[in-house]
Amino acid sequence: MAAMQPNRLQQGGRIDRTRPLTFSFDGEVCEGFAGDTLASALIAGDLSLVGRSFKLRRPRGIVGSGAEEPNAIMQVGAGAAAQPNLLATQVELHEGLVAHTTKGWPGVRFDAGAINDIFGRMLSAGFYYKTFMYPRSLWKLYERLIRASAGFGRSPAAPDPDTYEHMNAHCDVLVAGGGPAGLMAALAAARSGARVILADEQNEFGGSLLACTESIDGKPAAEWAAGVVAELRNHPDCTLLPRSTVFGYHDHNFLTIAERCTVDAGSSGDGVASMRPPGEGVRERLWRVRARQVVLAQGSFERPLVYCNNDRPGVMLASAVSTYIHRYAVLPGRRAVVFTNNDSAYRAAIDLADAGAEVTAIVDSRPGGAGELGARAQALQIPVLAGHVVCDVAGRRRVRGAGIARWDGDCWDTVRSTIRIDCDLVAMSGGWNPAVHLHSQAGGRLAWDNSQLCFVPSQARQAHLSAGACNGRRSLGECLADGLRAGREAVSKLGMEPTAVEAPAAATVPENPIEALWRVPAAKDADRCPKQFIDFQNDTSVADIRLAVREGYRNVEHVKRYTALGFGTDQGKLGNINGLAVLADILGKAIPEVGTTTFRPAYTPVSFGVGAGESVGPLYDPVRKTALHEWHEAAGAPMEVVGQWHRPWYFPRDGEALHAAVARECLAVRNSVGAMDASTLGKIDARGSDVVEFLERIYTHDVGRMKIGRCVYGIMLGEDGMLMDDGVMARLGEQHFYLTTTTGGAAHVLGWLEKWLQTEWPELEVYLTSLTEHYSTIAVAGPNSRRVLESLGCDIPLDKESFPFMAVRPAVLADMRVTLFRVSFSGELAFEINIDSNFALAMWERVMEAGKAFDIAPYGTETMHVLRAEKGFIIVGQETDGSVTPVDLGMNWLLSKEKDFLGKRSLRRPDCLREDRKQLIGLLSSDDRTVLPEGTQLVEETGKPTPVPMCGHVTSSYRSACLGHPIALALVAGGRNRKGETIQAVLPDREPLPVQIVAPTFYDPRGRRQHV
Amino acid sequence: MLLIECPWCGPRAETEFSYGGEAGIVRPPDPDALSDGEWADYLFFRANPRGAHRELWNHAQGCRRWFGLERDTVTYRIERSYVLSPAGTGTPNVADNSVDAGAGSGSASGAGNGG
Repeated sequence: MAAMQPNRLQQGGRIDRTRPLTFSFDGEVCEGFAGDTLASALIAGDLSLVGRSFKLRRPRGIVGSGAEEPNAIMQVGAGAAAQPNLLATQVELHEGLVAHTTKGWPGVRFDAGAINDIFGRMLSAGFYYKTFMYPRSLWKLYERLIRASAGFGRSPAAPDPDTYEHMNAHCDVLVAGGGPAGLMAALAAARSGARVILADEQNEFGGSLLACTESIDGKPAAEWAAGVVAELRNHPDCTLLPRSTVFGYHDHNFLTIAERCTVDAGSSGDGVASMRPPGEGVRERLWRVRARQVVLAQGSFERPLVYCNNDRPGVMLASAVSTYIHRYAVLPGRRAVVFTNNDSAYRAAIDLADAGAEVTAIVDSRPGGAGELGARAQALQIPVLAGHVVCDVAGRRRVRGAGIARWDGDCWDTVRSTIRIDCDLVAMSGGWNPAVHLHSQAGGRLAWDNSQLCFVPSQARQAHLSAGACNGRRSLGECLADGLRAGREAVSKLGMEPTAVEAPAAATVPENPIEALWRVPAAKDADRCPKQFIDFQNDTSVADIRLAVREGYRNVEHVKRYTALGFGTDQGKLGNINGLAVLADILGKAIPEVGTTTFRPAYTPVSFGVGAGESVGPLYDPVRKTALHEWHEAAGAPMEVVGQWHRPWYFPRDGEALHAAVARECLAVRNSVGAMDASTLGKIDARGSDVVEFLERIYTHDVGRMKIGRCVYGIMLGEDGMLMDDGVMARLGEQHFYLTTTTGGAAHVLGWLEKWLQTEWPELEVYLTSLTEHYSTIAVAGPNSRRVLESLGCDIPLDKESFPFMAVRPAVLADMRVTLFRVSFSGELAFEINIDSNFALAMWERVMEAGKAFDIAPYGTETMHVLRAEKGFIIVGQETDGSVTPVDLGMNWLLSKEKDFLGKRSLRRPDCLREDRKQLIGLLSSDDRTVLPEGTQLVEETGKPTPVPMCGHVTSSYRSACLGHPIALALVAGGRNRKGETIQAVLPDREPLPVQIVAPTFYDPRGRRQHV
Repeated sequence: MLLIECPWCGPRAETEFSYGGEAGIVRPPDPDALSDGEWADYLFFRANPRGAHRELWNHAQGCRRWFGLERDTVTYRIERSYVLSPAGTGTPNVADNSVDAGAGSGSASGAGNGG
C-alpha cells in the first residue's frame, strides 16, 4: 500500500482503510480507499500532473478540493456510459473506476501542444479572432484544427445506456448547502415544523466541519454534524439530499437540483443515498423544486494569489491542503511554503506541520502578520515572513522552489531582489469569495465589503436568505449563529412560529484583517514576465486583461468574453474577483465600480442526461394513436408521424415499396374504392343561441345561409388575413354546428375560438367541445363507395338525389349509429363515416369485409396527398406558411362580401393587393418524368449573373399514377396570369429543368366525379 | 419558471399556460372604416413596456379559461391575476373575484414576489 500511496497518512481522515479500491488513471493501475475522491486518491499516489491547460498546454495539478477545481477535469468511465467534463475533486472513488485526463496529445506527460507555451506571447487574448480571419476561404480548415484542439473530453458516440429521471417537489424551506450554516438553518426550520429539503453536493453532510480541528459544544465538529443529520433524518417532513447540487435558481423560487444517485456500493456514504451498482437504476435525478423560502448556505471559495508561474503543479489553495490532510488523510507536499494575505492560511501551515510536513515559511504580505493563529504557528517553530510575497515559482511539472521578496505595499522595486526557498508545495490564500452564484441567479444584488475584500449578498429579489460563509461570515461561531438566524427568519416569513433553538458554542479565533494583494509585481513588465494566471482553466493572465484594455475593452462583460475569464466550469468561482481587481487597477477605478459579470445557471456542469430525464427514445414525445391503430399495424403499414399522431403512411401488399403501393392505392380509389382512417382530424362541437353569429365572425363564408344537414368547406384567417386553418364544417341543427380542423391545428384552433369567445365577445352564448378523440372518421372513397355502404345496410337512402354531395345525415349503418358526410378529399364519390370511437374498429372491419367484392384498398396519408394534389386541394402548412392569403390560393369564392370576418380588413392592405404576390399554380415537368423535390426553387431564367432572383417554390410534388406523369403545386409570383409560360426549376447536381405553369387542378377540373 | 395564479384553479406552473399577448387590445367595431395605418396599429403595434404589463394568459392544460395577469416585465413579479370583465377585451372585472397574488394564500405570494 505504502508503495502505491506514498502520500497517504497513517491515521486520521474519513476514509475507510479496510476497504481499498483499485482504479485506473490514464491506463495505470492506482489505489485508494473508500471515502476518497478521485482527486484525493491521485494526490495519495503522488500523481501531481493531472492535466494540460486549455490554450498553452502548460502542465497542471490539482488546485482545489471541490467545485472550484480548475485543472483536474476528467473523462470518467468508458464507452457509451463515459462522462466527460467531471472534476476529479467531485468524483467519488469506486472499485474499477476508469479515469482519463482530457488534455494533451499524445499524453499528459509529454504534450506536443506544449509548444504553444513557448509561443505563448503570440497566443494572447483574441488570438483566434485576429489570426484566423484571413483569408476567409481557409476558415473551414482553421475551424477543424481549432475544434480538434479545443474542449475538455470527448462526447461518447453511442446512446447513453443509463437512466435518468425528473422529480417535482414542493417545500417550505429549501436549504442549499449542508455545512455549519446550512445544518443550523435546516435544524431551526425542521424543529419549527416546516417542510424542509436540505441539499448538499458532497457524499456527506457537514461541509467544512468534516475537515476542521475545531469543536462545537465541546464535541469534534464532525461529530456534532453527524448528530444534527441524525436528528433531521428523523423529522418526517425533512428530505435530505446528499450528492445533490442546487445548480439553478429560476423565477418564482423554482430551483433545480442535480442528484447523483448511482454510487458504487463500496464507497463510503452516510447511508442516505440509494446505493446501486453503476449501470443499474437511476444514475442522476433532476429535482424541480418550488420552495416557499430558500436559505443559501453554499459557503465560500478561497481565492488564489496572482504571481509568476502560479499555475505550476504543487500550487494549491491553502484550504484545500487542510481538507486533503483532515478529510482524506493525504499529504499534498513534504516541504511547503504558505503564501497569504490573511489569517486563514495559517491553519494550513499548522495542519501541514501537525501532519509531519516541513513548512519552510509562511509568507505573509501583511507587515503585521496574523493574530492568534500566527502565535500558534510560531509555537510550532514555523518561520513567518511578514511583509514578504512569493513572486515566482520554479519547476515545470512540479513546484521545486519559490522566489520570495520583501514587500511593503506600494514599493514595486523591492521584488527585483528575491531569495529562493526550495519546496514542493505552495499553499496560497488570497482571501475568500462568498459563493453568491445562486443569490445572483435569483436576481439578488451584491455589495462590496471593503473590510473582507469580497462581494457579499445584499438585497434579495426573490424569497431567499443567505447564511454563513456565503453571507460573508468567517468564523465557525458566526456561521452557526447566522445559519440559525436564517432558518428562524425563513420560518417567520412563512407565518410560522420559530421554535427556540440555542446557538451551539464554538470558539472564535481573533484574526488580523486581510490586506489587499491583487497582483504581485514581477521583475519585468507584466507583458514580458512569466505568466501570472488569473483563470487557470482558461489560461487568462494579467497580461491578457491588460491587452484587452489596451485594445479598447472597458466593460467587464466585454473583457470576460475577449479573454475567456470565468468561462467553462469555472463560472467565476476562482479567478473572478482577482480579474476584476486587475481590471479595476488598470482602469484606475474601484472594484465595485467595475462591477461583476452575470452569474447564470448552471452553477456546476450538469449532464445532458439529467436535463433530458425520462424524455428520451419512445418517451421523447407523447404518441397519439387512433382507434384503428392496431389494425393498421397488423396490416404492416409503416407509420407517418403527424404532430403527435401516428398515421398509416401506406399499406404495402406482398412486400411492395412505397411508390408501388401508393400507385395501386390511388388507382383503386379512382377506379373502384378505397378506405382511409381520417380520425386525426380535429373535431369541435359548437352550439348555443349565438353560434351562427360567432361562426360568421370566424369563418369567411356566409354561415347563416347554410341549411341544416349541409356541409361546406370553410377556412378561417388570422387577423393579418393569412390562412390559418381549413376543414369541412356542418350544420347539424338551427344552433348546432360540427367543425373539423386540420390534424395539426386542432388544439390551436380550439384555443383561438375560445380566446375570441372569452376575451372579445363574452356576450355571445356559444359552447365549444372538442370531440377529436370521441369520434373516429372512416373515409370511403371511389366510384364503388356507395355500393359498399349500401351493402352494409343503411337506414337512409344514399342515392344522388336523397343524399347529395355536401350533405350530412345521422344514420344507422351496419347496425351502428353514425353521422354520414358526403364529402370528398379525393375528388371521387366519397363518404365519411363519423362514429363513436368504441365502435370504430368494428365499423372499419365491416367496411373492409363489404369492400372485398370491389377489391377495396385501405390507403394511407401518402395516397391521400397524391389524390388531393391531383385535384389541387391544399394542405395547410404545406401550400401555406403563414404568409399566404386565400386570394393567393384562388379562394375568392369563399370570401363573403356581405359580412365582416376575422382578417377581412387585412386583405385590403396594400401588400395583400400586390399583383406579384406568390399565387398557387400547377407545374408540369418538361421531361414528363422528373418529380421535383418539394421546396425546389423556381427562377425565371438561368444564366443571369448570380444571385438569380427566385420567383417561387414547389409546395407539393408527386408522381400521379392515374395521369401517368409527375404533378406539382407551387407558389409563383403573379402565377395565376402566367398559365402556359415556362420557368426553370433549380435542381441539385443537375441542369435546371424547364417547367410549365398550368392550372392547379390536374384531374377532373370540373369536379364531376364527386357529384355522381 | 413562473408560478401563475389561475383565478379558477389556483397557483400552477407556467408550463400549464399559454401566453396571449397584451391585454386590453380592443378589436375595432368597424374595421372597414379604418385607414390602413389605423388597422396596422391595431394589428401589429403593442406597448412592450418596461415594468408593469397587463397581459392575457390561457390555462391551456387546465380549465382552458382565459384570464388577465398584471406582471412586471423586469422582475417578473406578478401583481395579480383577474377574471376578465363581461365587457371583454381583457379589462379587469372589478366586481368579480379577482385574485391578488400578493395577498393570496402563502404559497402563491411566497414564490411570486419574495424580497
